[in-house]
Amino acid sequence: MTEVVFTPSQTVGPYLAIGLLDPPTTSTLVSPETPGAITISGVLLDGAGEPVPDGMVEVWQADTDGEYATSAETDGFFGFGRSGTVDGGRFTFVTQKPGAVAWPGGGLQAPHLLVGVFARGLLKRLVTRMYFPDEVEANANDPVLSRLPAGARETLIARPDADGLRFDIVIQGPGETTFFAV
Amino acid sequence: MPPDQAVQFPTVVDSERSIADPPYDYPDYVGTRLRHPKNPLVVVPSTLSELTGPAYGESAIGELDHDLTRQFAGVPLGERIIVSGRVLGSDGKPLRSQLVEIWQANAAGRYAHVVDGHDAPLDPNFAGAGRCLTDDDGWYRFVTVKPGAYPWGNHENAWRPNHIHFSLFGRAFTDRLVTQMYFPGDPLFAYDPIYHSVRDEKARERMVSSLEMALTIPDWALGYRYDIVLGGRDATPLEEPHDD
Repeated sequence: MTEVVFTPSQTVGPYLAIGLLDPPTTSTLVSPETPGAITISGVLLDGAGEPVPDGMVEVWQADTDGEYATSAETDGFFGFGRSGTVDGGRFTFVTQKPGAVAWPGGGLQAPHLLVGVFARGLLKRLVTRMYFPDEVEANANDPVLSRLPAGARETLIARPDADGLRFDIVIQGPGETTFFAV
Repeated sequence: MPPDQAVQFPTVVDSERSIADPPYDYPDYVGTRLRHPKNPLVVVPSTLSELTGPAYGESAIGELDHDLTRQFAGVPLGERIIVSGRVLGSDGKPLRSQLVEIWQANAAGRYAHVVDGHDAPLDPNFAGAGRCLTDDDGWYRFVTVKPGAYPWGNHENAWRPNHIHFSLFGRAFTDRLVTQMYFPGDPLFAYDPIYHSVRDEKARERMVSSLEMALTIPDWALGYRYDIVLGGRDATPLEEPHDD
């Protein structure tokens, strides 16, 4: 096995807002006036059930056709977003629901966002996935969701709320979000 | 329906993963205690979602974004330095057009952030944030001032070594890295749990820059070299490790 030579991860610390929350990155992936625009918000919570106000959440998602638009330099949808959690642990994105994405070896994954979590006290990123509550059939057949225990699966499905969708992220403890090794 | 749908994914205990990375649970760094997952991580195969990632370009960068000493009318106090290096993939090849984002304390050890209550002066000519793109050979370059050490509340008489925060994207979602660059020979290393959260000594040393005279500009600023290697964190039991 090749020697691991990667540069190690370190925490973002409490002052990430200085360097990471200004343009070019944004939490508004599409204009709120865009047809189909959806607001996704949630609270980042620690092991005491307290909100984490010095964190950051990133999302990476496909466009409505299930294609990944990887360049910020081209017109049209760009599937990367960033939100701080300074507002009482709350993060918010305005985006659109992605299409289904191919699964290696055949089949489709249900529409989902990859979600990265950073904070003081996190020595490396946490990674999870957010799925959509109105995709009942696709979620039931999703190759990731369908192979998780029910309790773990439920932590990955957003729920409708007055503003759009609500997706809380629990780093530790009761209701702990399912996190993935990537 | 995928044929293997009945099979559950393997999970991995955090500490069994790469020796390059710190664990989530590292009690000496008090902030990790309520901020690490208790459940093991679920290992899923990398899909198009994980194997793609965001790429920024020229429009993301302002003319002076790479020079933290020229973002205000006056010049910041402190020792001017150049910080430069290459961003490489796990195959050793340079990564071009990579967005590199940095942030840091000023020369007095104070962040321009409302939460920082350290009794050290703010500098009206220093915000402490920079960004640039790597060139065709993977090189980035910043001009800044050397950040000061500062106390933090982790334990009695706790001080952070001088450091600059770095954020990088790489070629895929799985490459994403946030780290800290340290300065060579810092006597505070011995007391810093964040530095020591990387348990492998060789891996720790990869976070330490080196003084490099070739980057130093005579009569103007010392140059520090800091190379960054991304990727490979998706080497899981479901795939051949390092098959790139």
